[in-house]
Amino acid sequence: MRILFHLGQYTIFLKNVFKKPEKHSIFFRQIVREIDKLGIDSLGIVMIISVFMGAVITLQTAYNIDMPIIPKYTVGLAARDSILLEFSSTIVGLILAGKVGSNIASEIGTMRVTEQIDALEIMGVNPAGYLVLPKVVAFVCIIPFLVIISMGVGITGGFLAGSLTGEVPAPEYIYGIQYAFIPFYVAYALIKSVVFAFLISTISAYWGYHVQGGALEVGRASTKAVVASSIQILLFNLILTQLLLA
Amino acid sequence: MIEAINIRKSFGDKEILKGISTVFEQGKTNLIIGQSGSGKTVLLKSLVGLHEISSGDIRYDGQSFLDLDNTQKKRLRQDIGMLFQGSALFDSMTVEENVRFPLDMFTDWSDEKKRERANFCINRVNLENANNKFPSEISGGMQKRVAIARAISLNPKYLFCDEPNSGLDPRTAIVIDELIHEITKEFGMTTIINTHDMNSVMGIGESIIFIYQGNKLWEGTKDDIFHVQNKELEDFIFASKLFKKVRDNNS
Repeated sequence: MRILFHLGQYTIFLKNVFKKPEKHSIFFRQIVREIDKLGIDSLGIVMIISVFMGAVITLQTAYNIDMPIIPKYTVGLAARDSILLEFSSTIVGLILAGKVGSNIASEIGTMRVTEQIDALEIMGVNPAGYLVLPKVVAFVCIIPFLVIISMGVGITGGFLAGSLTGEVPAPEYIYGIQYAFIPFYVAYALIKSVVFAFLISTISAYWGYHVQGGALEVGRASTKAVVASSIQILLFNLILTQLLLA
Repeated sequence: MIEAINIRKSFGDKEILKGISTVFEQGKTNLIIGQSGSGKTVLLKSLVGLHEISSGDIRYDGQSFLDLDNTQKKRLRQDIGMLFQGSALFDSMTVEENVRFPLDMFTDWSDEKKRERANFCINRVNLENANNKFPSEISGGMQKRVAIARAISLNPKYLFCDEPNSGLDPRTAIVIDELIHEITKEFGMTTIINTHDMNSVMGIGESIIFIYQGNKLWEGTKDDIFHVQNKELEDFIFASKLFKKVRDNNS
């Protein structure tokens, strides 16, 4: 019953979020600010995680297929497909659910408990639209760039790990990442990432917007936002994989 | 003028407001007083539409608030200024940006005109050299002043204040009360103030209603309040030793 209640409330919340903005000039200014806050500020963590994950995927693959009949370039191929298909969209999505999701939920939740949202409402501003829509638009627009960067950095991390340890010679790895390349895998990852960005930003904003109480509840809402976003990412990952790759 | 007509408000099974009727007059500081938990804030928030009332009616200059559609409500809200208990300033904006916010949202004025109006409001509440500071960098009293400046920036017809001097030292509290009183007279606003501070009552209480457990028990002025024979109101007024002493000395 609680799930149905939240689903209904989330739908009403989305209806308010997607109402026409009061002033377009202010709306676009906010989008730019949110792109910086949610996207550019996440670049560091995305790059660090991507380089290490790319390196680990490459080394693990190399150790597991250490047989003479399997060519070494297979490691590059496997690393590339792992990064493109799953890591750069889903794993980065889960990491951003933690970073961006908790940021959105705690920011909006704090505004709720300090009556800033009430103040907006009294002024005649639609608080859901004013606060949430720029975040959703900004995050949905910036995440494809983060994912593409993650792909590049992840593959580079694999290259460095393979070369430096001597497990995968550089020419073999480079051949492997070009071998049997399916461009749709990139599109598939980008489609997934856009859906994940929408889920992270709206679910986190929902939990923050409906906080009641004080600082403790803001913390709880932030945790709920991360957990709910992560579960939805995993669920939609399954659905999208079936829809797009089957 | 704002009329409350038999307002009832329940949260679940619990009835908080039990049929309150009163008139808040224009150009006066109208006070809602009562103990914590008596329903003052619920009444104030119901009047501005933050809580949907269970039954009754609210009329702004004769126009029922409940009959307004969303667009009309939005227009009416631009005539409302509200000062919240915790000031509710936007943390990410400077003082000037906070005061300018309603102008940015609802006017097509030039940047210069908006800056002029914001500065007028900031000067009107006697704030100096604070335009570029963030709310976290100024004192509680200054934050209240900024909130007042923001509330009056669109020249509202109605001003609502929820515990405007809570958390302030007595001297600053009086300054804020006087400022609200002056502004009410200057702009001819209908001002409604929620308070449990007897200093405010005696300072600016031109019209007062006393709420007790969701009921309106008394209505009058600051001049009548000491002569009322009502146990609950007496308990509220003379809770402080100072007021008790004043009463004993007078008698």
